Amino acid sequence: MFGSAIIVFRETLEAALLIGIIAAATRGLSGRNLWLAVGVGFGLAGSLVVAGLTETIAEMAEGAGQELFNAAILGIAVLMLGWHNIWMATHGREMAAQAKSVGNAVRTGQREMSALAILIALAVLREGSETALFLYGLAASDGSGRVSMLSGGLLGLVAGIGAGWALYSGLARIPLRHFFSVTSALILFLAAGMAGQMARLLIQGDLIRPLASPLWDSSSLLPMDSVLGNLLHLFAGYEARPSGMQVLFYVLTFLVILFGMRWSRPRIPQVA
Amino acid sequence: MRALAFACLMFPLVSLAADLELGLTIKDHQFSPAELKVPAGKKIKLVVHNQDSTPEEFESHELNREKLIAGNGKATVYVGPLAPGKYPFFGEFNEKTARGLIVAE
Repeated sequence: MFGSAIIVFRETLEAALLIGIIAAATRGLSGRNLWLAVGVGFGLAGSLVVAGLTETIAEMAEGAGQELFNAAILGIAVLMLGWHNIWMATHGREMAAQAKSVGNAVRTGQREMSALAILIALAVLREGSETALFLYGLAASDGSGRVSMLSGGLLGLVAGIGAGWALYSGLARIPLRHFFSVTSALILFLAAGMAGQMARLLIQGDLIRPLASPLWDSSSLLPMDSVLGNLLHLFAGYEARPSGMQVLFYVLTFLVILFGMRWSRPRIPQVA
Repeated sequence: MRALAFACLMFPLVSLAADLELGLTIKDHQFSPAELKVPAGKKIKLVVHNQDSTPEEFESHELNREKLIAGNGKATVYVGPLAPGKYPFFGEFNEKTARGLIVAE
């Protein structure tokens, strides 16, 4: 029971944390909850479809279909997170300053929310399809521990959602002054980590070269299966044995988004 | 700009080398062979055949790999080139029984 709880928890956690951060970062945008619900709903429906098509997807692109599919999802997610951060650098400040949405921000805010709904749908789809497959495997097996394994899975699901909720309420308590800096920093690391994962998948499918592999090995210092290693992996894309290409993807994404945020920040005239 | 930089990065790096192909079977949530000997410094194409009806996830922290394999399905995982050493792997969905080791030498 405990084993299945942990597996489902891990799969749920990634999507739940992303939703928690996005929900916090879009505080004050009108229609936010509806857009979030639409994203989760489509993601759940999509994850069942993808789980059912696992075999078909895997056989595409000469056996690298799964990697390409997941890398594409991650690529889109990175673009949307990057765009969100750059958008927030432009509009977040005025929203914070006036504590309500400005006319222009409301209009582009709807476009922003619809893009984020797609992002959330993709995240739920990716993690959800793996969870669905795992639970399906449990249900299909005829072992005596089936009920306890399934209830373990349910427990993991609830715990994962709980963690996402906890992160959201924690972030919501941050004073408005620091709020956008904190959520932007979280999203920046999250996006860079996703870009690194994307590189890992493309290497695994033999679509690009790993360059140095591994570039470093910090597994004795901070193993991936330790709690801290796991948390850093989730939030900042930490890898104990990354390939050179992974690090390259990570650093480039980080820098491109960071410079995008700097450049698009509106110049606020100094009041004497 | 991003797309351009990305395209420039991808292009010269697409791999063309021939690979060494090795098979691995999952049955009753166990890998066989449980130990694979591979040459160090060579890229390996690992074809995992899942003969169970339930899905499995091939995972290895040491190899930095993670791949889902459908029930009664096949999946390809590229590994390496590896430095000489031992690289454990496991099936995440049945971690107790599904364990294996790649030895590069």
